Amino acid sequence: MEEQAIAKSVLETGEMVLNMGPQHPSTHGVLRLKIHTDGEIVSKIEPVIGYLHRCFEKHCEYLSYEQIVPFTDRCDYLASMHMDHAFSIAVEKLLDVELPERVEYIRVIIAELQRIASHLVALGTFGLDVGAITPFTWAIRDRERILDLFEALCGARLLYNYIWPGGVSHDLPPKFVERTLDFLDYFDPQIDEFNNLLSTNKIFIERTGDVGVLPPDVGINFGVTGPSLRGSGVNWDLRKNEPYSIYDKFDFDVPLGEGTMGTIGDTWDRYYVRVLEMRESAKIIRQACAQLPDGDVHEAIPKKIRPAVGEVYGRYESARGDVGFYIISNGKNIPLRVKMRSPAFCNLSVLSEIAEGWMISDVIAILGSLDIVLGEIDR
Amino acid sequence: MTFADIIKFVETKAAGKSSIIEGKEVILVSPDNWVEISTLLKNESKLDFDYLMCISSYDKGDNKTYGAAYNLFSTTINHYLEVRVETEDGTAIPSVTGLWQAADWHEREAFDMMGLQFEGHPNLKRILLSEDWDGYPLRKDYKEPDYYRGMPVPKDKTYWD
Amino acid sequence: MTSIVDSLVKSFSSFNLDIAVLLPVITLIGGTVIFLIMAVNALIAVYFERKISAFMQDRLGPMEVGIFGFKGGKKFWGGIGQTLADAIKLLVKEDILPNNADKFLMILAPFIIFTGAFLTFIGLPFAQNIVISDFNIGIFYIFAMSSIGVIGVILAGWSSNNKWSLYGSMRAAAQIISYEIPIGLSLLLVVLVAGSLHLGDIVQWQADHRWFIFHSPFTFLAFFIFYISTIAETNRTPFDIPEAESELVAGWMTEYSGFRWALFFLSEYANMLIVSIVASIVFLGGWLSPLQIFNIFPDSWLILDGPAIGLFWVLFKAVILIFIMMWFRWTFPRLRVDQLMYLCWKVFIPFALANLFLVSLWELIF
Repeated sequence: MEEQAIAKSVLETGEMVLNMGPQHPSTHGVLRLKIHTDGEIVSKIEPVIGYLHRCFEKHCEYLSYEQIVPFTDRCDYLASMHMDHAFSIAVEKLLDVELPERVEYIRVIIAELQRIASHLVALGTFGLDVGAITPFTWAIRDRERILDLFEALCGARLLYNYIWPGGVSHDLPPKFVERTLDFLDYFDPQIDEFNNLLSTNKIFIERTGDVGVLPPDVGINFGVTGPSLRGSGVNWDLRKNEPYSIYDKFDFDVPLGEGTMGTIGDTWDRYYVRVLEMRESAKIIRQACAQLPDGDVHEAIPKKIRPAVGEVYGRYESARGDVGFYIISNGKNIPLRVKMRSPAFCNLSVLSEIAEGWMISDVIAILGSLDIVLGEIDR
Repeated sequence: MTFADIIKFVETKAAGKSSIIEGKEVILVSPDNWVEISTLLKNESKLDFDYLMCISSYDKGDNKTYGAAYNLFSTTINHYLEVRVETEDGTAIPSVTGLWQAADWHEREAFDMMGLQFEGHPNLKRILLSEDWDGYPLRKDYKEPDYYRGMPVPKDKTYWD
Repeated sequence: MTSIVDSLVKSFSSFNLDIAVLLPVITLIGGTVIFLIMAVNALIAVYFERKISAFMQDRLGPMEVGIFGFKGGKKFWGGIGQTLADAIKLLVKEDILPNNADKFLMILAPFIIFTGAFLTFIGLPFAQNIVISDFNIGIFYIFAMSSIGVIGVILAGWSSNNKWSLYGSMRAAAQIISYEIPIGLSLLLVVLVAGSLHLGDIVQWQADHRWFIFHSPFTFLAFFIFYISTIAETNRTPFDIPEAESELVAGWMTEYSGFRWALFFLSEYANMLIVSIVASIVFLGGWLSPLQIFNIFPDSWLILDGPAIGLFWVLFKAVILIFIMMWFRWTFPRLRVDQLMYLCWKVFIPFALANLFLVSLWELIF
């Protein structure tokens, strides 16, 4: 009896609590995951967020609508244009302004370029998460060209403050369209090269295929959106389902996960949907560049933004998913309440659902495939 | 379905449990009826609001009425609905985490920022702010504390310029 | 084969020194030579690793730090002094020991790892007569010494008192010990055919017959099993799970800094050199010239086939193998720990065992 007790005390195998982050190479920022592990197997994950909370919503209650735009930039710093665009769309809905054609086209071109840039970072860092370093530098190299374009456009490379409620801050610089088309010509073969290097690599497929399957109904129930949900085969893209701006004028497909390397909705599908989306974005940019009308981009910018009493929920398909801005106006130039529905916030909440039962390495791969940006989660 | 159709349908299933806010396409539900209405919205196959997009908490400004706006969408039928639940004097709102898992973090955020209480939430604690934070920052009557854990909070903001 | 120690003893014998004096002197000289080899190897290998990775990734790599006034400019040689500067930086860095770490073991661990690599060099021939000490069980000795390192890895991970380090060391222990089996079985194949554990005899067999990689289809397979397993043994990508930087921060090295970390680094690159030289000696003909295989060149071309050219060929083959290791590292993602174990226990070991059996049959038949 006593021996048994001793044996039990010596051989007792308990769970180990592992603090992944907030300072960890693969949590994409200051995310902390409290992981309960049994050996390598993860039995429970508790995401702890808020390390990057910058009181965005509180700030909004003290700033006029124009002043909020730079703050939205800093929410999703990898897709700042999308945040500007999403906020501007919500405010324009509140103001009920009619935009010049040219503004809409410019916005679409910029937004799709931004989508490519953001997906490049997502794919590159996903490669880093599973241990491949070279795809990251290749992705960053191509993203650099987009940032050069943006620099020519508005002078900034990361936080643009370019899309304003009612218009855009500058018209396109000379030769911008040509340079964009040049970039697309350069970029198309790069995607193939990227696929050769990473997407179809046997080890990569072993690491991501069948791993962390997100069933479609679970995804919708958790509010997962964007490429992460489309990887599960759900045809849900606001650009198609609820066309905002002028997306209904363009011909493009919504890539869906097909389970090519395993089950539908696995990590590989979520990854590959982003690769395909870059091609679709390029398609949209080509069409928009071909149809770009002339006009004044500043003519619809209101002198003073002072919406009537009311509220609006503006929705936007950003690189990470469904961005929503819930704005309550009390008739002043400062909003009463701005609530941002951040897509990565909802996408991250599904992590503990799909990653439990996998190994530590898989948790990192799954987290990488959800493509979170902590600036947007914590706001 | 359009907003009018949805209202009509909800009225036939649960008469008098909800009201329409004047001049807006928004349903107002009291916390007492919210369980019934939310179950109806989620589970009724003609409505099928399977996607809870956002829960936004708001402050009416009279220091006692707080509300939560639920933005619902149906991915199968493609219709949209905004529901508001308003509470007075700190009455708890029934949690909808059982229906939409997405509500879990959104309700925690509403609790964290606006101090809304959600009854039946499995893990209602602060999400963005630290556990030991005092007060609910997005309430209109929130005052910046002078000290946080013994550290003085800078009040003089002239040097910010 | 005469070894360096033998020739030193011979040349010192004229001084009529007491053995108690002679032995430390010779040991010291031998040790210094090995240390220099390790240090120079690390300096060059790190520089090449950085440059190779840079070219693969569309970067330039180190471009600024020159050496002895030579800067290289915007050419391949740019930044030639970078690794030297890094080494100096590491040596003068603050040495951090965590409060709750087991300090004795934590200090001891890097030296165990270093000693493992260091001792291996004693029996490792660089050419026919360039070997510190010529063992008649050379291959066995090298194999035994190179597995000492894992003790240091486990100690380093355990003593750091860090969960990531613990994970890293547990993974390393499982991985290194597992992959020793396919390595041993593949080497056994060669020993079986050559009938000797002496590396000189093994090369002599290859000189008399043909390179071991071309001995039979089974040794051809065995070479790849050996090579891939040694990549796992040296913890290089795609088998670098013990230090997987995106998962375990830095694995068992997480808490190390400065000089102790530099020892790990030195040992890692030394191990790369060791396994590459062993592979080139055992499977790729060692110091034999590859020109001999084809038999199309006149014999006069091989007139330089002495120790000097032998050293060149060994290092040439080893450098190619090291380059392939680096190529792998900058191309492949990392395997998961269970996939790594699967590869070892369910693929490599059965194949290596079957190889052993079939090579024995081959030897009986032919």
